[in-house]
Amino acid sequence: MTEQTAVKGRTREQMAQRLALDIPNGWYVNLGIGIPELVARFVPEGRTLVYHTENGLLGMGPSPDEGAGDPELINAGKRHVTALPGAAYFHHADSFAMIRGGHLDLSVLGALQVAHNGDLANWSTGEPGAIPAVGGAMDLVAGVKKVFVITQHTTRDGAPKLVESCSYPLTGQRVVDRVYTDLAVIDVTPEGFRVVELSPGVDFETVQERTGAPLLPALTPASAD
Amino acid sequence: MIDKRVASVHDAVADVFDGASVMIGGFGEAGSPVELIHALIDQGARDLTVISNNTGSGEVGLAALLKARRVTKVICSFPKTANSTVFPELYREGFTELELVPQGTLAERIRAGGAGVRAFYTPTAVGTPLAQGKEIRDFEGRPCVLEHGLTADFALIKGRVADTHGNVLYNKTARNFAPIMAMAARCTIVQAASVVEAGAVDPEAVVTPGIFVDRVVGVADPAHESALIAAGMSYPPAQPDRSERA
Repeated sequence: MTEQTAVKGRTREQMAQRLALDIPNGWYVNLGIGIPELVARFVPEGRTLVYHTENGLLGMGPSPDEGAGDPELINAGKRHVTALPGAAYFHHADSFAMIRGGHLDLSVLGALQVAHNGDLANWSTGEPGAIPAVGGAMDLVAGVKKVFVITQHTTRDGAPKLVESCSYPLTGQRVVDRVYTDLAVIDVTPEGFRVVELSPGVDFETVQERTGAPLLPALTPASAD
Repeated sequence: MIDKRVASVHDAVADVFDGASVMIGGFGEAGSPVELIHALIDQGARDLTVISNNTGSGEVGLAALLKARRVTKVICSFPKTANSTVFPELYREGFTELELVPQGTLAERIRAGGAGVRAFYTPTAVGTPLAQGKEIRDFEGRPCVLEHGLTADFALIKGRVADTHGNVLYNKTARNFAPIMAMAARCTIVQAASVVEAGAVDPEAVVTPGIFVDRVVGVADPAHESALIAAGMSYPPAQPDRSERA
């Protein structure tokens, strides 16, 4: 592996903010645990999104004040949340009918690895002795119309998370549409990974160096100003 | 006259037998029927198969049932919590077997079981270890995996209000698996904070119709796992240490 020079891309908050720009008004959205949860903080003014939490609530609102939580009003991460005006509660088969039946517009998930054909691994490192746990991730990637991944570009050790093929057990095959990392926004296309946008101050070579599969350059906009 | 009320949580679970399969409602602590589970621990049935989304927190409720070594198999989607080592220890020891199921497939298997659907095909989990060894068939060019409906001998669930006919209403996200488990079990036992006469519940508001419910027991002020854990409780409660009193 070549020695990597230090590079400062987007923070977690900036990644979430960048992703939020791409969600149209009125979409029904499921946010995974971790960085995906941050997206809700950055929805641009004038847009309303409806958040789905798979344990049985549409119209999920932010966490209540400390101490004001109801143990029977929680999100998929088992944290206290609120229900906004227009919210609805439902049982698990209905909740997953929304997911598996293709009714939700967008699922935002974290990743261990994304392959250039859109395969996603995000539930298990396959370590012997580890307790396997999957939750709703496989249902989300199989059923929701669009799947966005938000993740650091590399692991803590500098290993690429965007790869030729996933070495970890898959969550789904050919399911990821777009990846938002600290270094770039990258589409999964029939030709492979294509850079849509580099983070400010980051160049293409730097991103390629940290990616385990070939990157295609951004398509030149038809009318550059 | 129909009256599905039973006098106590202990009466409600008295006939759970060794080797029974038991669906237990709840997602995390929301909707977990803690009092029914504690009564089942007191009752003593063992070699149980438990179908539930999680494996419990601390050493109360579902985690306490596991810790009492009553459960030899769990069918669940997410057997991990930050604050409990009970299931991981039993799993690593080989005492409790795990059948890991994607959450939506788990819900649909339960719904199908309750609806008399023996099996169904779904794209969820195709190409992953959780589809290994299962039949795959293409529908409109998309590969799908065959999954079987799930039923159980008993379901233990928690409602907010139940009437004497067994109609049940729930509280917020505590509803989760309860309505479908009620359909899928041969004997469904509901603990409800409020038990009312037939007619007191608006039929338009009923979530689980009484045909799916066999027994109703009032638990006026149900405990939440997080509160029990915060109070340092485990179940059964620790015996007073006689040596310290001397």
